[in-house]
Amino acid sequence: MSQIAEKEEEIIDAFEMYEDWNDKYEYLIDLAKTLPPFDPKYKTEDHLIHGCQSRVWLHADFDGEKVHYFADSEAMIPKGIVGMLVKVLSNEKPEDIAKAELGFIKEIGLTEHLSPNRSNGLVAMVRQMKNFAIEVLAK
Amino acid sequence: MSTATHPTISFDIEIVRADFPVLNTLVNKYPLAYLDNGATSQKPKQVIDAIRRYYSEYNSNIHRGVHHLSQVATEAYEHSREKVRAFVNAASTKEIIFTKGTTDGINLIASSISHLLKPGKEVLISSMEHHSNIVPWQMACEKSGAKLRWIPMNDKGELVLDEIDTLINENTAIVAIMHVSNALGTINPIKEIIQKAQAVNALALIDGAQAVPHFKVDVQALDCDFYVFSAHKMLGPTGVGILYGKEKIMEKLPPYQGGGDMIKVVTLEKTTYNDLPLRFEAGTPNIEGGIVFAEAIDYMENLGHEAIEAYENQLMHYATAALSEIDGIKFYGTAENKAGVISFLIEGCHPYDTGFVLDKMGIAVRTGHHCAQPVMDFYKIPGTVRASFAFYNTFDEVDRLIAGLHKAKKMLS
Repeated sequence: MSQIAEKEEEIIDAFEMYEDWNDKYEYLIDLAKTLPPFDPKYKTEDHLIHGCQSRVWLHADFDGEKVHYFADSEAMIPKGIVGMLVKVLSNEKPEDIAKAELGFIKEIGLTEHLSPNRSNGLVAMVRQMKNFAIEVLAK
Repeated sequence: MSTATHPTISFDIEIVRADFPVLNTLVNKYPLAYLDNGATSQKPKQVIDAIRRYYSEYNSNIHRGVHHLSQVATEAYEHSREKVRAFVNAASTKEIIFTKGTTDGINLIASSISHLLKPGKEVLISSMEHHSNIVPWQMACEKSGAKLRWIPMNDKGELVLDEIDTLINENTAIVAIMHVSNALGTINPIKEIIQKAQAVNALALIDGAQAVPHFKVDVQALDCDFYVFSAHKMLGPTGVGILYGKEKIMEKLPPYQGGGDMIKVVTLEKTTYNDLPLRFEAGTPNIEGGIVFAEAIDYMENLGHEAIEAYENQLMHYATAALSEIDGIKFYGTAENKAGVISFLIEGCHPYDTGFVLDKMGIAVRTGHHCAQPVMDFYKIPGTVRASFAFYNTFDEVDRLIAGLHKAKKMLS
């Protein structure tokens, strides 16, 4: 199992422990609170993820081997969602990120719980994170 | 839970609610509490049944066929126009133009009065307008060289009229103001503003989208030149709106769009335009929507404007008092005269998150800038949570909103 898949499993396990929406979103909010601080200098228009109803910023770095993602949002639930993606994809090789299927999103029922205009935000987050990895590979 | 008590209701709320099938929906296993009426109202079965009846019994194009169905449909459509006339007390059905909605009505006027706009002329709006009463005027000013000005507002969300005699002056071509603010709920002193416009021979357009669902509007008493609103915010279908335009002004305005129905005689060289109101209704309209709008008006009038207004005022007062008891709540829009809308933020809770948690509990509110970004810029906030009410909402739903907000606050802070 790849490292990405292992991290996805961890999240699926965590979500399975919770029966109702309440606890699931409490988990997401807690995850948002534990995200590493986001350097305010990246809170610019270029770092905004379009398609979200609240402002969500994403910054990515490549250290020559692995990609590191940093994200923030002014709202907690989007921050928890993007935080989960950061947890899964950060500190991974660009080729692994590019081909990651991220089946956990469906498994934990997030797409089911988020309405179309909200999950567009989720789709946009994934697209922007993968695009960075693909750009690194293309260089 | 709130310590306020539930006042007496002037009509049977359970009978009213039974007319709105969607109110029985479960959302996330909770009964729906629909508090997003400012965005669109729900529809009673009388309106829904009329839509089915139209398509099953007399669907046909209007104003053209000699055949039976076309005549039935035309009569129903024109009957609806008469209903609308009486609803806003216009002098004649010639003054009632069917549009696609409020936005369409404003764009129609902005286009048809373009000959009045030129460098040196001014268009006056207010700083609390919906984008639909800002953007068409920005476009018209950009095209014509006229200047766009606006009436400022204060912290309570009321228009500041101190400078009104400078803002409305001999260069003012048109004053375009909302009757009730969709973001704040403020009822604006439009009668006074219309009189000021008349004193300098400027036109006055009132955006009544958030007014007609809540109280009686009399366009002759207001004496405005144009009054625009949408059917869908007052129990009717989407895609139908009304432009009331004073006959003596409308008959001088050039048409907005060309096409069928708006003509008398067309040769390849020249067209003679039709009379009012058809001159402004090019093409096949939303026939079904126009016809069933009459059912929506009937529904409201059967309940009675006074009963609706009195009940909604009780709901608004109850909700405001109950919300005030939440620690860290801040209201946006605290004008003396308000209708339908309570906008607020809870300290430490982003409106998006608040709306999300409420949705999980079956409570529908609007979050965000409410298509009034200048209002949000004024308060320096990203948006608000907006609870907007209709006469079918209940005091219990307000209590659920309060409980939902306590829950959101607990989860998010």
